[in-house]
Amino acid sequence: MIDVPSVSIVKVNNLYKHFPLQSGLFIRHKVRNVRAVDGISLEITRGETLGLVGESGCGKTTAGRTILGLYPPTGGSVLINDLDVKTARGETLLELRRITQMIFQDPYASLNPRWTVNAIVSEPLRVHKLCKTEQERSQRVVELLNLVGLSARVVNRFPHEFSGGQRQRIGIARALASQPNFVVCDEPISALDVSIQAQVVNLLEDLQDQFNLTYLFIAHDLSMVRHICDRVAVMYLGVIVELGTRDDLYETPLHPYTQALLSAVPIPDPKKDRLRKRIILAGDVPSPVNPPSGCRFHPRCPMAVDRCKVDQPIWREIRPGHWIACHEAI
Amino acid sequence: MTKLLEVNDLCTRFHIPEGIVYAVNGISFHLDEGETLAVVGESGCGKSVSMMSILGLIPIPPGEIVSGQAIFNNRDLMHLPESEFEQIRGKEIAMVFQDPMTSLNPVLTIGRQITEPLRTHLGMEQEQANKSAIQLLEQVGISDANQRLGAYPHQFSGGMRQRVMLAMALACGPSLLIADEPTTALDVTIQAQIMELVLSLRSQFNMSIIWITHDLGVVAGLADRVIVMYAGYIVEEASVDDLYTNPNHPYTRALLDALPRVDQRRGERLNSIPGAPPSLLVEPSGCPFAPRCIHVMDRCRVDNPSLVLVTPGHQSACWLNQQEAS
Repeated sequence: MIDVPSVSIVKVNNLYKHFPLQSGLFIRHKVRNVRAVDGISLEITRGETLGLVGESGCGKTTAGRTILGLYPPTGGSVLINDLDVKTARGETLLELRRITQMIFQDPYASLNPRWTVNAIVSEPLRVHKLCKTEQERSQRVVELLNLVGLSARVVNRFPHEFSGGQRQRIGIARALASQPNFVVCDEPISALDVSIQAQVVNLLEDLQDQFNLTYLFIAHDLSMVRHICDRVAVMYLGVIVELGTRDDLYETPLHPYTQALLSAVPIPDPKKDRLRKRIILAGDVPSPVNPPSGCRFHPRCPMAVDRCKVDQPIWREIRPGHWIACHEAI
Repeated sequence: MTKLLEVNDLCTRFHIPEGIVYAVNGISFHLDEGETLAVVGESGCGKSVSMMSILGLIPIPPGEIVSGQAIFNNRDLMHLPESEFEQIRGKEIAMVFQDPMTSLNPVLTIGRQITEPLRTHLGMEQEQANKSAIQLLEQVGISDANQRLGAYPHQFSGGMRQRVMLAMALACGPSLLIADEPTTALDVTIQAQIMELVLSLRSQFNMSIIWITHDLGVVAGLADRVIVMYAGYIVEEASVDDLYTNPNHPYTRALLDALPRVDQRRGERLNSIPGAPPSLLVEPSGCPFAPRCIHVMDRCRVDNPSLVLVTPGHQSACWLNQQEAS
C-alpha cells in the first residue's frame, strides 16, 4: 500500500525551541525558559503524511512552526529539500518559503478580513513572481479556487461572506498557490463541524494524490489522524515519546502515554465503548517551564518505577519503524 | 418511569437587524427520572438555545419564545414568574457550560463562587457553606480543597475549572443537570476524567442529565437516549444502542458515516455530507436536510415530515418511513 520510505524531504535533527520568560519593568531580563520543543528528531518521506498528536500545550504547533522556520530554532537543525531552514537567507529563503506552506487552524483568524479572495490567493503568486501578467495571475487564481471546490464567482468577495469550511478552502487554495512540496497542516479541521470536517479531509487527500504533497498533520483528534496519516508521532511536553506507522501505533501502542491517550478517545459505538477499559490518567500536564526530571511522563505514568524519575529514557527503535522513549515498555 | 421534564412544541426566534433567526422550530421531548439524555447536533442546530429557553436564560429581546411548554415537576417553566424561577434555577435544575474559562467569575475566589448557591438557595451561613464547599470540591476530585477555596479561577487548569463548575452545579443537590458541551474545550485525557466523574456523580446524587454535545463518540458511552437535532428541528430520537446500530434518518446515517474511527483500519474515503447546514435566517419550509440529502424526493422540498415512530422508542422525521407505511 505505502511504499517503503525512500527519500526524506524533511529532516529534523534534535530541534529545540525555548521561549524566554521575561521579568522586570524597565530592564527586561530572562528569568526562565518555556521549553516548548525540547529536542525532537524526525524525518518525513516525500508524499507521506506524518501525524503529530498530543494534548494542548505539548508543543506540537510550536514544533510545526519551528520546522518551517517561522520561529528561529534555539538548537538543532531542519533540512527541507536539503535546504537548511536555520541559515537560509535571500534567494534560498524565498525558495524555502515557496516549497513549504502552512494551513492554519482558525479559518476566521488566518485570512485578512480586508482583502478579497483574489488578493488573498494571489499574494503568493505575486511574492514569488510566478505569473508574468495580471491576466495570467487571475486565471491561476480561478484555477486554484476550482481546485478546492469554490467557484470563480467568489474572487471579489471578502472572508466574512464565507462559512468556516469555505474559508478553510480559501486557506488551502492560498497554500497551494506557490506549488509547495511540503505543507504543515496545523489542526486544519478542528474548528469545523463534523459534516464539514470530512469534506476538508477528503479535499486534502485528493490534493496530496494530485500534487504528490507531503503533509505534517498536527492534530489532537486521534480518530481523524488514524484516517489521514501514514505514520504518527506522539508528543508529550516538548518531546516525542512514540513514533510508528499508523496501524502499528494504533493497534499496539507501546508507550504508556500513547496507551492512555488512545483509550480515552470515545468510540461511536455504545456496545464497544462500554466494554473498553479506559486508562484514566491522574492530574494535568505539567508546566513546560519546569518539566519533571527523568521521563517527563513519570508523575502521571501508571508504570513508573524509580529509574523513571532520574534517567531520561533514550529514543530507541523497538522494532523496525517503531520508535519509543520509555524505560519500561517492551 | 415518571417524567421529570416534558417539553412541548418549543419555538424560539431571535430578531436581529438582518431578519429573524429561526433557532428552534417546535421541538418536543421528555426526560425520565434518573435518565441521561444526549442532545446531539452541529453548531447552530439549536441544541443550546432550546436548553437555555427552558431555563429562561434567553435575553428577550432580541430573543422571543414563540410557543412552548416545559413541564418540570408539574410546573410549567415557561410561564413561571421570575421570582419563582429563581427558586428552581441553580437549585433543582443546574447547568454546566462549555467554556470553564469564561463561565467562572475571574475576580471572585472559587470558595465565594461555590458557596453562593448554598447561601442563596439553602440559606446557609458563610462558615457552614464553606464546609459544604470543601466537601463538594473533594467529591469532584480536587485535592487540598481546604486551601483551594481562596484560589482564583486563573490558578486552575481547564479540567480543574470544569470540576469547580460541577461542584457549583451540584451544590444544592439538583434533580436535573444540564451539561452544555462540558468536555469540548478539554483534552481527551481530561475529557475521560470528567466523564468518569459525571457518571459516578450521577448515581451518587441520583440526578437526571441532559448532555448537549456535537460529538457522537462522547455520547455512546454515556447516554441512555439520544436526540439528534438539525437546523432547529429534532430529526431523530432513539435509545443509544438503537441509534448507533439502526440509525434511521439520512442525516444521522451520514453523520455516523462521516466519522473516522480510532478503533478501525482506514477505509478508502470518508463519506462527507455535501453542502452546508441551511441559513437560519430563512423561514424554514420543507425538510431542513433536503438540500443535502441523497434520498431527497419532491415532497421533501415542500413538506416538513414530522417525527413518527419507526420501532418502539425510536422516532424519526423522514418521508421515507411514511412512504413505506402507506
